[in-house]
Amino acid sequence: MNSDATFKIWRTHPEGGGTYQDFHTQVSEGMVVLDVVHRIQAEQAPDLAVRWNCKAGKCGSCSAEINGNPRLMCMTRLDELNLWEPVTVEPMRAFPSIKDLVTDVSWNYRVKTQIQKFQPRHADAPDGTWRMAQRDVDRVQEFRKCIECFLCQDVCHVLRDHHKHEEFIGPRFFVYNAALEMHPLDTADRLPALKDDNGIGFCNITKCCTKVCPEHIHITDNAIIPLKERVVSRYYDPVSRLLRMFG
Amino acid sequence: MEVIPVRLESRGFGETERRDMWWSTPLVVLIGLSLFVVYATWAAFQNAHYTYGPYLSPFYAPEIFGDSPHAWFGPKPGWIPAWVPFSPALLILPFPGLFRFTCYYYRGAYYKAFWGDPPACAVGEPRNAYRGEQSFPLILQNVHRYFMWIAVGFLFLLSYDVWLAIWFTDPTTGATQLGVGLGTILLAVNVVLLSCYTLGCHVMRHIVGGVHDEVSKHPLCDRAYACSTALNYKHQLFAWGSLFSVAFADIYIRLCSMGIWTDPRVF
Repeated sequence: MNSDATFKIWRTHPEGGGTYQDFHTQVSEGMVVLDVVHRIQAEQAPDLAVRWNCKAGKCGSCSAEINGNPRLMCMTRLDELNLWEPVTVEPMRAFPSIKDLVTDVSWNYRVKTQIQKFQPRHADAPDGTWRMAQRDVDRVQEFRKCIECFLCQDVCHVLRDHHKHEEFIGPRFFVYNAALEMHPLDTADRLPALKDDNGIGFCNITKCCTKVCPEHIHITDNAIIPLKERVVSRYYDPVSRLLRMFG
Repeated sequence: MEVIPVRLESRGFGETERRDMWWSTPLVVLIGLSLFVVYATWAAFQNAHYTYGPYLSPFYAPEIFGDSPHAWFGPKPGWIPAWVPFSPALLILPFPGLFRFTCYYYRGAYYKAFWGDPPACAVGEPRNAYRGEQSFPLILQNVHRYFMWIAVGFLFLLSYDVWLAIWFTDPTTGATQLGVGLGTILLAVNVVLLSCYTLGCHVMRHIVGGVHDEVSKHPLCDRAYACSTALNYKHQLFAWGSLFSVAFADIYIRLCSMGIWTDPRVF
């Protein structure tokens, strides 16, 4: 496959705002979108800004929207795209664009610092070690696959369209919360923060985060809904409250 | 040089760069759920053709008051005013209906299909305001767990109806004999699909084991959690499968009762 293709890439303007710029370039078999962006950068637009690192879908740097779908550029093969029409590449829309395809995702790091840290129980053995069953660990192990590409944050309409960044932490940090809250050794209580500060109730279970996750984490079913249910048991279910009083 | 990040403007309703048929899934959900609601409402108000031989339509099960031999407490009681529209199904359908209405899968599906919130992933929305399930009225969706328990009760009642559906009465002698008709099989499949849907519900998964951080220390919960999780992975499939089966079981019994279809007997 050696052919020409057109890429419409989002360029920011120094005076503010931005537009798509068309690039015609040669593509060949086995290329991914990040390869194309690099070729355009090398041959036509040396000032085109793009964040990337591993080219293997593990660093989570090259997140963008390709034909409107939040994806990693390094994991989007050209043979998955219709090259007969222009391919659009734009930055993640949930975050402000610094330049071209590079977005300012620093909000995520600020959010992460506000989540209560891991607080293990006292050691199980005199040598200061703990004992855990493998299947209890397996449940939270899935969440540790997250590469922090923030595609789930990007596609979540609560952030993307409604800009609830002050009230809602987004799917990535519900996964982070779940990894800690469901950990067999953890003793911290994150439910009050999940309910009030983290805005878990804003999630309306569209499952878009799960669909775009490049690590195939079941974000909605295994992280968000179980946390929602824990919040319901604590705050909204009088029967559970009664049982806790006598239990 | 200071860099000022630029926020891309939110897109208008239905606007997207997506090239795939993103509208197809919400459209199918819209049509599928609308058809079910319209049919179920119509069938519930009919108050006729809901039994055939030993079969009782799942829309009318359990028949608390009614005119058929399946009724627990006989015909419509006198204390229900005459002007109130009555049908045995009206006493039943709100409970499974609200179980589905508050189900996590259906919530996500109908928020998209009926409310455009969002119409599909990465597609522009019709409204700027958004409260989600954080406050009234959608915070009421948290009652899902109570309807789940009622739905579990229905599983036992519908299973009993399958048991009744294998006892056929000979119209000439009046004797009861064991048999299996296509209707028996449909009612049994319906119970299996409803069980897979209900027992794989997210709330069930939470209650039977998800509530524990160390579920392995509770052997019974551990097994139940594993089973519920396995069903939960196919929750969408069972949600639609059971919705179809419950409607089709009603259609089948209705058409048999009207004499349009005949019920073939396996034995």
